[in-house]
Amino acid sequence: MPFQIVVLGGIVPDPLQTLEPAQTPQGPGLKNELMLPHVLDPWSGHALYEAANLAAKNPGSKVTLVSLGPKAKLQQVMMAVAQKVPFELVALDGAAGGFTDAHEVSAKLADAVKALPGFDRSKLLVFGGWESASRGAGVTLQLVGERLEIHDQFQGVDAVTVGADGSLEILERVEGGKHQVSVVQGPPALLGWATGSLPEPKNNPQVGMANMRGVMPALQKAAASPTGTGGVEFVSVALPKAQRETRIMKDMSPDDVAKEIVAWISQD
Amino acid sequence: MDNVLLLTHTDPDGALPRAALEALSAAKAAGGALTVGLFGAATGKAVEALAGAGAAKVLAVEAPELAEPRYGTDAAAATAIAKASGATLIVAPATSRMARVAAGVAQRLGGRIDTHVNQVAADGGVAVTRWFYKQRIEAKLRRKERPWVILVDPGAYPAASLAGGPAPAVEKVPVTLSAPRTKVVGLRAPSTGEQTIKPDAKLLLVAGAGWTKKQADGKPHPEKAEELILGFLHASGASLGSSKSLVDQAGEGQKVFEFMTHLNQIGQTGATPRHPKGLATCCHGEEPHVVGWRFIRDRRAVNLDPNCGWARGKADVLYVADAFAVMEKVNQLLKK
Repeated sequence: MPFQIVVLGGIVPDPLQTLEPAQTPQGPGLKNELMLPHVLDPWSGHALYEAANLAAKNPGSKVTLVSLGPKAKLQQVMMAVAQKVPFELVALDGAAGGFTDAHEVSAKLADAVKALPGFDRSKLLVFGGWESASRGAGVTLQLVGERLEIHDQFQGVDAVTVGADGSLEILERVEGGKHQVSVVQGPPALLGWATGSLPEPKNNPQVGMANMRGVMPALQKAAASPTGTGGVEFVSVALPKAQRETRIMKDMSPDDVAKEIVAWISQD
Repeated sequence: MDNVLLLTHTDPDGALPRAALEALSAAKAAGGALTVGLFGAATGKAVEALAGAGAAKVLAVEAPELAEPRYGTDAAAATAIAKASGATLIVAPATSRMARVAAGVAQRLGGRIDTHVNQVAADGGVAVTRWFYKQRIEAKLRRKERPWVILVDPGAYPAASLAGGPAPAVEKVPVTLSAPRTKVVGLRAPSTGEQTIKPDAKLLLVAGAGWTKKQADGKPHPEKAEELILGFLHASGASLGSSKSLVDQAGEGQKVFEFMTHLNQIGQTGATPRHPKGLATCCHGEEPHVVGWRFIRDRRAVNLDPNCGWARGKADVLYVADAFAVMEKVNQLLKK
């Protein structure tokens, strides 16, 4: 069964960077935010790779990545992401920071999805990360789903299997390290991915060349999509202060270390 | 002053989830008149448990379709309760069931939502505290828009202790639940067969990629490492977390630790669990120490690098020792 898979994926500062908050005219932001190297949000990455895997198994399926961020940063990130799996890009030129309001972002994303050429709810699967490494609220996808009137939504997804009748069996993370198993009759459905089960694909130059033919024009025609902080008043934005005084224990025998650890574990 | 609604599902037996009592503490911190909204296949035990909660009334939706957590039916029930309450502030526990629908409910109400809230304050209007950039930056914020849905992280507040007394008055809220397209089949435990994720455990053991590296004899010993880690988990009742690098090794088809899955991962794209104590072993990355340990109160680490930049300043005690030797002794002592 062919699917129209739309992956909503943001970009975030490289997790290895040190982040420091800063005040900007638009509200809180990051110090030197535009200088920081960015990557595709890790959860969005899992969603994209799972989408490509699902599309490969279902001939005729198409993967579209819809991404909102500063155009220059999107270009930098897409140069790397395009090497991984086949997709078409729809770029929206706007702020990608964690302090923007999810409701404003969801409105822009939902409009972009509705405007996709060949938009077909009967084939539509909306994918994305169940959280992000920026705002980390885990709400944008649900808000987009509501705007698209998709009422079969799943969060913390680790696996999806297509049945012979076109139904989808979906595994969602729930409490206690378990998965809730659900079966939805078919599209439209919205899946917020946790990590899935696929490793990051290796770079494929052929895929990269094919993707880049569409990526550059998509970036050139990226529509301006300004987003702000909505009605939020930030009272304070700060780094956590806790720096612990680490007691470094050298030259202890394994026996002594073990005794100390067991005594520590036993304390209430 | 806001009218506050504590909104939650019930457990399958109709009881109140523990996380709801924690969210009740947060709801009380907001001040204002309190109403409780419950939905599920049954709500009787939950209503009884709310005696002395200080709620003016309970709004309830009971229906067989709500026996199973599912977006379509849960969102419809929760929205109906929120509308009936007229609340301007809606506080809910961040269980997987509430987290699945809370944003959709906020959208249907024409309101706004903030999640992963770990503090609610009523100084000069309701303000909440939450983390951004994966627990790297903390912000306190207010919102003008109402209704405002607030999802409180489990473990952020102690469970409210209730005074007892007569159960609050219950008002049934009518709602039409359309035939669901989604059928919930059941729950499935990880295929590893090891129940290593225990949110209620007092201790989190973090296993890093060092367990799979070459040891003093120049060879890796993953089988021995597996035996030591599992032995410790069984003897101590600890929950297991791991670094991304170790989990990815398993995902890439290398025979490393068969019991390890992405569900164990902490830090970036993993969990930030709450446990009173954490013990990191053979772990040298930033993510487990900075992000994965954010809500671990008492932290110790065992690794061979005394200058490990991520353990220093993040752990309370760093033992510079061979984790293989130490954990073998620890397991022997725990078995006594």
